[in-house]
Amino acid sequence: MKLKAITALVATTALGVSMALADSNMANKITAVSWGGAYQKSQIRAYAEPYMKLNPGVEIVWDESSAEAVAKLRAMNEAGNITWDIVDVVAADAIRLCDEGLAEEIDPDKDLAAAPDGTPASKDFGDLLVSECFIPQIVYSTTFGYRTDMVGDNPPTSVCDVFDLEKYPGKRSLEKRPINNMEWALYCDGVAKDDIYDVLATPEGQDRALKKLDTIKDQVIWWSAGADTPQLLADGEVVMGSTYNGRLFSVIEEQKQPVAMLWDMQVFDLDGWIIPKGLSEDRKARVMDFVKFATDTQRLADQAKYISYGPARKSSAPLVGKHADLGIDMAPHMPTDPNNAKNTLLYNYEFWADYRDDIDAKFQAWLAK
Amino acid sequence: MSDATQNGPVLAADGTPLKRSLNRALRMQKLRALALIAPLLIFVLITFISPIIQMLWRSVENEIVAETLPLTVEALKDWDEKSGQLPPEPVYAAFVRDMKVAVANKLHTRLGTRLNYEQTGISSLFRKTGRKIKKWDPDTDGPFKEKLIKVNKGWGDLSTWQTIKLHSRPITPGYFLNAVDMRLTPDGPAMQPEDKRILLKLFGRTIVMSLVITFACIALGYPVAWLLANLPKRSSNMLMILVLLPFWTSLLVRTSAWKVMLQQQGVINDVLVWLGLVDDANRLVMINNQFGTIVAMTHILLPFMILPMYSVMQTIPPSYLRAAKSLGATNWTAFWRVYFPQSVPGIGAGSILVFILAIGYYITPEIVGGTKGVFISNRIAYHISSSLNWGLAAALGTILLVIVLLLYWAYDKIVGIDNVKLG
Repeated sequence: MKLKAITALVATTALGVSMALADSNMANKITAVSWGGAYQKSQIRAYAEPYMKLNPGVEIVWDESSAEAVAKLRAMNEAGNITWDIVDVVAADAIRLCDEGLAEEIDPDKDLAAAPDGTPASKDFGDLLVSECFIPQIVYSTTFGYRTDMVGDNPPTSVCDVFDLEKYPGKRSLEKRPINNMEWALYCDGVAKDDIYDVLATPEGQDRALKKLDTIKDQVIWWSAGADTPQLLADGEVVMGSTYNGRLFSVIEEQKQPVAMLWDMQVFDLDGWIIPKGLSEDRKARVMDFVKFATDTQRLADQAKYISYGPARKSSAPLVGKHADLGIDMAPHMPTDPNNAKNTLLYNYEFWADYRDDIDAKFQAWLAK
Repeated sequence: MSDATQNGPVLAADGTPLKRSLNRALRMQKLRALALIAPLLIFVLITFISPIIQMLWRSVENEIVAETLPLTVEALKDWDEKSGQLPPEPVYAAFVRDMKVAVANKLHTRLGTRLNYEQTGISSLFRKTGRKIKKWDPDTDGPFKEKLIKVNKGWGDLSTWQTIKLHSRPITPGYFLNAVDMRLTPDGPAMQPEDKRILLKLFGRTIVMSLVITFACIALGYPVAWLLANLPKRSSNMLMILVLLPFWTSLLVRTSAWKVMLQQQGVINDVLVWLGLVDDANRLVMINNQFGTIVAMTHILLPFMILPMYSVMQTIPPSYLRAAKSLGATNWTAFWRVYFPQSVPGIGAGSILVFILAIGYYITPEIVGGTKGVFISNRIAYHISSSLNWGLAAALGTILLVIVLLLYWAYDKIVGIDNVKLG
């Protein structure tokens, strides 16, 4: 009898304590979702660690699910249980999440920090605020890298060299989706840069792009993960290939592979945070405090110390310094550096929101032919 | 019983009729048995059956249009979509009224995304129009027909209204039509344009390649299973570990290992070039195509074939073979007429297992399949996680499920499901 009472007592106390512990943990935990790898590491070092130092009670835990973030957020929303507090997504996904009502709308001037000189955030980010829900972090680009030892004495200088099998024989790797590839194909088929999307909006234009891609189809390895092209380049499987510029940076500067950048017609894209809709008030307040800190001028500039992506704020650009581990100047490796950004394209969010499914179906049918 | 005066029912010791008493005892037993399996039953119902039913439902469910634009859908009923005329003003007025509510609840963009699956361009049409309509007053700002067309000429487009009307039914066959390369048109179902047909081809490819993989597994697995069953215990245990070893390695690692082996600068090509069998300039292409998918998947699924075969072969007494031989059969006849028929249930079980696993495979074809080695499941994954067209994904999944059930049924008719043994 006595024993039973004691056990019950111990059990309830233990339960109570563990629940209290869980509660206090919950109360100060932010679940951030990102892409994993070097990129997430740069976020941890530039944002999360300094923030946790300033706010010792808060713990930031990471989930590497950004690639499936849209689908998972939709599922969470349907289940009525949002377990994420802040999610890193590309701009196109942010627009879709906003469209679907799954992301919180942001008032940049109220919710985000102003630049050190007082410029409001809406001006500091400028055009990069492509959606009401999107808080930009970085500008990255999809561009080409090539094997310096496989191109002889005249390295490629134009994106159209990708389509030139005579000058540069060998395999090339392209992403297994129409976005970017269709634009490059039209550009190299003689369409003026400003007309690309007008042409691509017509069925004839789509056929024209696929016809151009047909000329190199046999020589293409199609990738679906950002790590594929760097690996293929390092193995010498391809002579050139497209991927994200930060991945190429690490192949060239960190792994010292005989690879060089081809910046011509790089396609700029944005990556940033969204806050899921449906958070409780205290969770929302906590994460808004974090995001205000993590997207201020200094923090965005700091991130460039760890990875070669350009900060999204204008005021951060002058603060970009040297790589934290390699000690090399980061500015020349930024996609936004004037030397690299001579001929660029900006990802057309509106166009692809409309045409993505249509052109993707055609593209996949073409691939399977 | 012999007592003729006792015509009533036989009674139990406590006076209740024996039949009822027996029934009660049996019922108790049944209930107890049910209670014992209840946890599993409930678990299966919640985690397996109900998601499948939900998926089936999602493939036809289409309430979003009628829910977001109730007045418009009602007003469109009086409009003949084949008349070649734009809908009249009341439709436009109803639309503005609906949109006003939808914009306030941020539902219009979601509807735009839904209808964009059917007609390209509707997504931005809804997004842009929503911004304008926010400032309008449906009571005083009319008439709206001209106004809307001025905001975006998409509203003067017959096909926009046809799409809304066609897809306003709460239950739609549209996703299933899309899943077999067809679509809804005002004149009824029609084939997709030639350059967008892909799904039927992928279904066919998935089935053919899964069959090839299953047969490759049979051919490679049978001798191994035979060895496992017939070697002395010590060596067969060793062999068993080798068979199971791949099970303990991550799927991704095994698939990536095949990449290293098969690529043009990979191990096999390097060896062939070194041996002089292959010219350095003409290295074999063995990956990012169907061959790569078949090799990698055969390797990954092989244990699922070997294990059922092995457990069936183990039960075949070796004395049967000896008896056959002593009666004058050659080695081949003894094997083919005596041993093989007894091992068929193992082949059947392994084949069903491998085939059903293969038909739904996704990650290996994605990594090593290139363009010609991808399966229908890769498209399902695309529609789940990228295009968010869950209705289409659900329809594709349902069709895949039906194909598997049909094949299972055919197998039962031809071979007989009683003829399948896992041991």
